[in-house]
Amino acid sequence: MLDNLKILLHQGKQFIPDVTSAEVPGVFRGRPVISAVAADGEKLAELCPTGAITSSPVTLDLGRCTFCGECARQFPEKIRFTKDYKLASNDRNRLIIWEGVDTPVVVDPDRVRKEVRNVLGKSMKLRQVSAAGDNSAEWELNAANNVQFDMGRFGIEFVASPRHADGVVITGPVSENMAEPLQICYDAVPAPKVVVLAGTDAISGGIFEDSPALERRFLDKYPVDLYIPGNPPHPLTIINGLLDLTRKG
Amino acid sequence: MEYAIIHNNALIHLDEIPKLNYDAFFELNTGLVRDHPERHCVSYFGYRSDNSLRLICCIADDNSCEIFVSSCQVSCRQQLEAMTSRALCFERYEREIHENFGIAYLNHPWLKPVRYPFNRADRSQAIAGYPFYAIDSDELHEVGVGPIHAGVIEPGHFRFICKGEQILHLEIQLGYQHRGVEELFLRRKKLLQRVTLAENIAGDTVAGHTVAFSQVWESLSGMEIPRDILFSRTLALELERMAIHTGDLAALCTDVAYQLGNAVYGRLRTPLVNFFQEWGGNRLAKGLIRPGRNTFPFTEQLASRLKTVLDTYEPDFEEMSRMLFRLPGTLSRFERTGVVSTEDLLSIGAVGMSARMGGLNRDIRSSHPSLLYETLGHQPVIKHHGDVLSRVLLRRDEIRQSMQYLRQLIQQVPAVSPETEVPVSLQPGMFALSLVEGWRGEICHCAITRPDGELAHYKIKDPSFHNWMALALSVRNNEISDFPICNKSFNLSYCGHDL
Repeated sequence: MLDNLKILLHQGKQFIPDVTSAEVPGVFRGRPVISAVAADGEKLAELCPTGAITSSPVTLDLGRCTFCGECARQFPEKIRFTKDYKLASNDRNRLIIWEGVDTPVVVDPDRVRKEVRNVLGKSMKLRQVSAAGDNSAEWELNAANNVQFDMGRFGIEFVASPRHADGVVITGPVSENMAEPLQICYDAVPAPKVVVLAGTDAISGGIFEDSPALERRFLDKYPVDLYIPGNPPHPLTIINGLLDLTRKG
Repeated sequence: MEYAIIHNNALIHLDEIPKLNYDAFFELNTGLVRDHPERHCVSYFGYRSDNSLRLICCIADDNSCEIFVSSCQVSCRQQLEAMTSRALCFERYEREIHENFGIAYLNHPWLKPVRYPFNRADRSQAIAGYPFYAIDSDELHEVGVGPIHAGVIEPGHFRFICKGEQILHLEIQLGYQHRGVEELFLRRKKLLQRVTLAENIAGDTVAGHTVAFSQVWESLSGMEIPRDILFSRTLALELERMAIHTGDLAALCTDVAYQLGNAVYGRLRTPLVNFFQEWGGNRLAKGLIRPGRNTFPFTEQLASRLKTVLDTYEPDFEEMSRMLFRLPGTLSRFERTGVVSTEDLLSIGAVGMSARMGGLNRDIRSSHPSLLYETLGHQPVIKHHGDVLSRVLLRRDEIRQSMQYLRQLIQQVPAVSPETEVPVSLQPGMFALSLVEGWRGEICHCAITRPDGELAHYKIKDPSFHNWMALALSVRNNEISDFPICNKSFNLSYCGHDL
């Protein structure tokens, strides 16, 4: 017993007091900023492994970006990745970064379904479905619930049964073989069913886009409440996205 | 000569791989592994060439550091004697070849689907109709779990046949994660696309698979890799091993309801993955490793940062581990639970951690070393009981070992080599193979180039391909309530298997 307490004491304070303003260590490829300086847009677009960059005007789609950083490496004057980890939005168009525009990515409060904020504002239980996810986004979703990030303090938790859940968090590009289990799980969730896409693979297919092994029609059928970009998304990106979706201003 | 001899990361002209008739091919490869525990099959696959199928089999000899490569040209309509009838380690390889190309093997125990790939030979087979083994008895019942599991993990279906609480048989059905990765390696033409694919084969083994891909690419393009890149890759592999093992210890504590252990190991993993981010901008090392290039040079500042990270990690890790292995409550759950015998591990061809926990020495770092493992003088950690406790202890000891390697490595940080142009063209008509010991075990990537230098075939093997069978065997005669710790103690990859 005393030894257990000693171990506890040695951990010190581990939790991040304010997850909305904490700084991430070292280099981190968060929200990119595209400057207005002239650059070879064609070459830039050609460079991107997932076609996330368009040439004129130069834009970068966070829903397709794998955050490999190659564009910033080859065109440091044009593109730089900031440490801003708030990347989630409920509006797919807001994931597109335009050249010469340096504004945060935010959740559009007008587009949030009323019942989401009224019913889920203080407590939200989620069922996670890995639909051909590579286990990196899954790792980070788990990390969001560890003692440091501690998403549970906001009443947001993952549950085992879809019957207990208020929505689904989908990771992975949605394989043909997972299409039916995903549908069955979604059908078992009571309304209002929130749909969250976590990670580039889920949002656009990422590097797997157009693979003949995918079956993404599920995503055309239902409205998406939140897109969380990243490859995988950082736990702080996940937590802030879910908070912005469910909390009033 | 019936086979060509190559070494890890070597390149060989396709024409130099002897083409045998199937009988000779069968005798050769089953003969190589039977009664030779030092040998195992690292890759066996088929690829279409000249309107027929060429089978290529690679058997590694752990004593001589050699890999024996042989091949055989067959037609998809031919009936072939299954090598599984002689040596069980070919079982899943032959199922895969059957599923992909329709070859009807004779005397194979059961040619079940492996992963229902989109380009399977028989599209009328669908994953919902998987043929499970069943026993008809009033005294037995079945328990089905998945594909979606209780936790935030990947999908797969487990079908138990139980007598009361006791498991008689477990069958693991995979394939839900199939993304067509191998085919995409051919379709995506840019190097950056292909290395991004390699990073996403298994997001928990980014360093392992990306190093394997890079080594294949570098041998195909004839690049010499300078020491600083070898250094960074060795460092990344060992750091990945440490981080994942630490996370696994946390999860194992959860499964025996030891909350303190879960919290402490769970938070100890964070500084390790955060160090990856400090180094290369991503907590799971995506973007860090690139063929022929040192994108994020490891500096003296990073070395001293890593030293600080390890210095603060170590006392907390040791304190927690002393406690974990002293508690009767945890030990009684770990000890003699989920035992796999050395003979079984050998016969199914288990590799990596899943082999070493049961007395089978399989470690590419010592048997087919590349990178800086020879200078580190790596000696594999081996446990002998094959139970959950052995797998937990193996993790503890491998964390210590990796920590020691990291400390040793950062004492001498090599100077950054000048950046060289990475060739975009590959040598035509070649076969390349790379073996890497990821944290789970042996990763094998093989590539074949066409006469015009384009990729003709890309074959990936994650260690989980072999080791899922070890999990299925481990739970026999155990209580079904012990399944979670058995599963977690192996922690195998779904997406790495399904590709």
